[in-house]
Amino acid sequence: MAEGAQRVRAIIDAATRPVVPPHIKLRHDAARGRWIILAPERLFDPDDVAVEVLKLCDGERTVADIAEYLAKEYNAPIVEIQTDVIEMLQDLADKGVVKA
Amino acid sequence: MNEYSPAHIKETAMPLGARQPGEEDKDSTEIADEACARAPIGLLAELTHRCPLQCPYCSNPVELERVNTELTTEEWQSVMRQAAELGILQIHLSGGEPTARRDLVDIVKTAADAGLYTNLITAAVLLKREQLEQLKEAGLDHVQISIQDSDARPENADRIGGYKGGSAKKKIVAGWVRELGMPLTINAPIHRHNVDNVEGIINYAVELGADRVEIAHVQYYAWALKNRAALMPTREQFNVAAKIVEKAREDLKGIIVIDSVVPDYYAKYPKPCMGGWGRGIINVTPSGRVLPCHAAESITGLEFDNVKDKPLAEVWLEGEAFQKYRGTDWMKEPCRSCSRREIDYGGCRCQAFALTGDAANTDPACSLSPVHAQWAKVAEVESHETPPEFIYRRPGGAGPKPSAQKKPVPSDA
Repeated sequence: MAEGAQRVRAIIDAATRPVVPPHIKLRHDAARGRWIILAPERLFDPDDVAVEVLKLCDGERTVADIAEYLAKEYNAPIVEIQTDVIEMLQDLADKGVVKA
Repeated sequence: MNEYSPAHIKETAMPLGARQPGEEDKDSTEIADEACARAPIGLLAELTHRCPLQCPYCSNPVELERVNTELTTEEWQSVMRQAAELGILQIHLSGGEPTARRDLVDIVKTAADAGLYTNLITAAVLLKREQLEQLKEAGLDHVQISIQDSDARPENADRIGGYKGGSAKKKIVAGWVRELGMPLTINAPIHRHNVDNVEGIINYAVELGADRVEIAHVQYYAWALKNRAALMPTREQFNVAAKIVEKAREDLKGIIVIDSVVPDYYAKYPKPCMGGWGRGIINVTPSGRVLPCHAAESITGLEFDNVKDKPLAEVWLEGEAFQKYRGTDWMKEPCRSCSRREIDYGGCRCQAFALTGDAANTDPACSLSPVHAQWAKVAEVESHETPPEFIYRRPGGAGPKPSAQKKPVPSDA
């Protein structure tokens, strides 16, 4: 098997340490005044919360850590946030935008 | 700080060429609209028309540009810098075979330094490992390798590409791409000589470690139009392949992303070709001509600017060829009053021109086109006949057995 190829579906849970791989680029698009994610022949348009989540996906923090941080930042219930973050990251993992 | 609202990300496929996203949703169209409103998002750089392969469905024009007309390194580097300034996000380095250019590393470096997302679209057979390492070092973000069939059928693959040993070489290069930790897409043009092996091709892409695979039914323009009778699958074959793709998407979720392109002869509506003329994509030919679409030169009478004469931004904003079919003002009926006019933009201008003689006519792929039935019948008939020999893609356009020119269907003007 080729090195680095992910041949099993990554399932995101609270203990996952998600990371944005180097070829996925979170970039500020000055021409259009917004953040965008550049991926192979794809463009993703994240809202503010999604940008914040992705910036925290450093391969060190767990999903639980990220949810805890956001819960403090937004003064919102952690359970609700964690469910939401898992849902978003699972979708992105399935599209290859984050790796577990 | 703001109130927490569920995190949300909209996705759009870059409408490069005739490609379409696998799953369409309204969000995508909206982002594309917003993203394209001010500047193109992608630039297709055809660095050269030279290519060791001779695929009979090549998307290059039948009149290939010669090596002595190609832009210099400095000229391409200037195009890259201008593209970034214009707000372009992704550069697709294509050809012909882009690795035939000895200065590819320099061009990639300039593009990456300018902040562009760089995508190499290659047939891979010329690539050496050191060159790939240099490209990675220069900032190349992504590699797309085209294949003609799975490695279980190398003779068939090599016959289609007209290049002996190509299938084996591609496998080696794909391995290097993964060893170097670069993301890999496998692009597989699909037609009647491999449509029965779509499942094998998808599994081969997984085996190669690809993150994405494009099951791209051939689009019948340029060389593919010349070879239509040799390439067109039957509707039944297409339907079977579509079901396989659908199932594989579910089975391989999270393992590989499968994008598909439908042959428009079997589609319900025309494609929003290039995501709309002059809306999201710029194409620069080897000699520097700036086109709204890689096939646009097939529309005779259109004037194209050259990056050697004018800044890219000026061509994009004011170039005659870009203005001519941009937006919806140029439309005739049935497009003009159609509720889908800003979804598919009347389909493909080049196909409308090739088959009706007027690029402003509705693409015959649309069921509302007066010539649609006649046009769709062609696929039905040709796909059931014994396929003629390929007319291989070669400079000069001559093949072993040029088939009789099809008469264009009359204009619906």
